[in-house]
Formats: sequence, structure tokens, C-alpha cells
Amino acid sequence: MTIDWLNFTPWSALGGGALIGLAAALFVVLNGRIAGISGLLGAVVEGGEGRGEKVLFLLGLLLAPLLWGLFAALPPIEFQGGWLSLTLAGLLVGVGTRYGAGCTSGHGVCGISRLSPRSLAATLAFMAAGFATVFVLRHLLGG
Amino acid sequence: MRKLTALLAGLIFGVGLLLAGMANPAKVLGFLDLAGAWDPSLALVMLAAIAVAVLPFRWARQQRLTLLDAPMQLPNKRNLDRRLIGGSLLFGVGWGIAGICPGPALAILLSGHWQVLLFVLAMLAGMLLFSVLESRRAA
Repeated sequence: MTIDWLNFTPWSALGGGALIGLAAALFVVLNGRIAGISGLLGAVVEGGEGRGEKVLFLLGLLLAPLLWGLFAALPPIEFQGGWLSLTLAGLLVGVGTRYGAGCTSGHGVCGISRLSPRSLAATLAFMAAGFATVFVLRHLLGG
Repeated sequence: MRKLTALLAGLIFGVGLLLAGMANPAKVLGFLDLAGAWDPSLALVMLAAIAVAVLPFRWARQQRLTLLDAPMQLPNKRNLDRRLIGGSLLFGVGWGIAGICPGPALAILLSGHWQVLLFVLAMLAGMLLFSVLESRRAA
């Protein structure tokens, strides 16, 4: 393993992470809900209680780049892969997060913060799968 | 009031993702590429988020009502099962292919890139597929 010092951005990572933690803390302390994006999205797709609040949280998330754009240029957004791999990835993320009852935010941030063993296991599982997938695609298949 | 705080929390969450670099799929893939030139930034994102949220969550677990008198709705499942692990593995594979997870997908949805529109449509289709399969299972 070699560290990519050129792209390592510790301060913005810590600052952005702290804001994510603050948002998750506000949402639980004030609204009593978990800021898990896949769960909120699933609930909005399926309906059910508290839909208004959930839609508004997601709306805030959607509006964030517009708010950002008022003050500064958006950070770079570079994609990898064509339409087929993006579609496959989206499907897997959609199905997987609903079966696994959470994603990076719900399990990785909120779940670990509340010391949930289920979320810790889920986070280890999706991180391991993510590492393995990139390894296979980049280093075994080469591209 | 709760609607306003929900919107505000979502906005802060999104700004945090953008600042952290999570909204750039190439950076996420740089973190997931342990065998290549590894960018550890996203580990710090998670550490900082957890460091900030751990005490508020600890407080929340001991309450029945929130500061705004809403019911505290925390998950109470404790058991590990095949759905949890299998689902998380599938999610991880998708995350590893594109470098996009649900939060960042929404945070960059309005940035004007066709790739994220396609990804979000596919993700919603995957969620709908789950609902359909679940309602069949229940029937």
C-alpha cells in the first residue's frame, strides 16, 4: 500500500465529517430520527409515517450544492464508468441498502455512533465488499 | 418547527458531504483502492462524523422524547442476519463499481451530470424492486 499524499485532504475531510456528524446529531436530538439516506429514501418511495420530515431532510440534501454554489465553485465531481456500470452500480446500491437496512450514513455514521453491533457488522461488510470490488476491477481486470 | 430542522439538517449534511470530498466519486474510489495509491481522507470523514455524533446519540438513547417533543425513533434490532450482511455486501459491490453511495448521489443530483441522474434512477429502481419482492414475500 502507498499513501496518495497528493490527493490526501485531511482538513476538509475532518471539517466535512464534523458537519455530517452535526447534521446527524441535530436530526436525532430534534427530530428523533436516524439520518440514514437510503432508509429515508426508501421510506419516501414506500410511504408511511413521518414522510414530510423525511422529504424535507432529503430536499435539504438536494439543495446543498445550490447553497454551496452561492458562495464558491462546486468541488470537482469526476465519474468513473459508462452507463452500463453506473446502472448496475445504482441497482446494487438500491437493492443492497434496502436489504441491509442502511448505507454509509445510516450504518456507518449513525449506527456506529450509537454503538450498534448490527451497524458495525454492516459497515465492515460493505467496506470489505467495496475494497474487494475496486481491487478486482482495477488490479485484476485492469480497468 | 420539525420540518424546518429536518430541512436544515439535510442542508448541513449535504454541505458536509461536498466539503469532505465524499461527493466526488473519483475520491471515494481512491479511498477504496487499498492496493493502489491510497487516499485515506474518507476514513477521517467517518472518524470526525462519529466523534461529533457519539455523545448526542448517547443522550438520545436515554430519551423517550426529543428536544422538540417528538418521539425518539431509534432502531431496536440487535441480531445479525443474512439479510443485513448480504444486503450490505451487495451495496458494497455497487459502491465499489461507481464510488457513489446514496447520500452523495442526492447531494450531487442537481449538479448537472447525467451520470448521477442515471445512477439515482437505477438506485430508485433497485429500491422499488426490493419493495415489490418484500410485499410478495409477505403475501
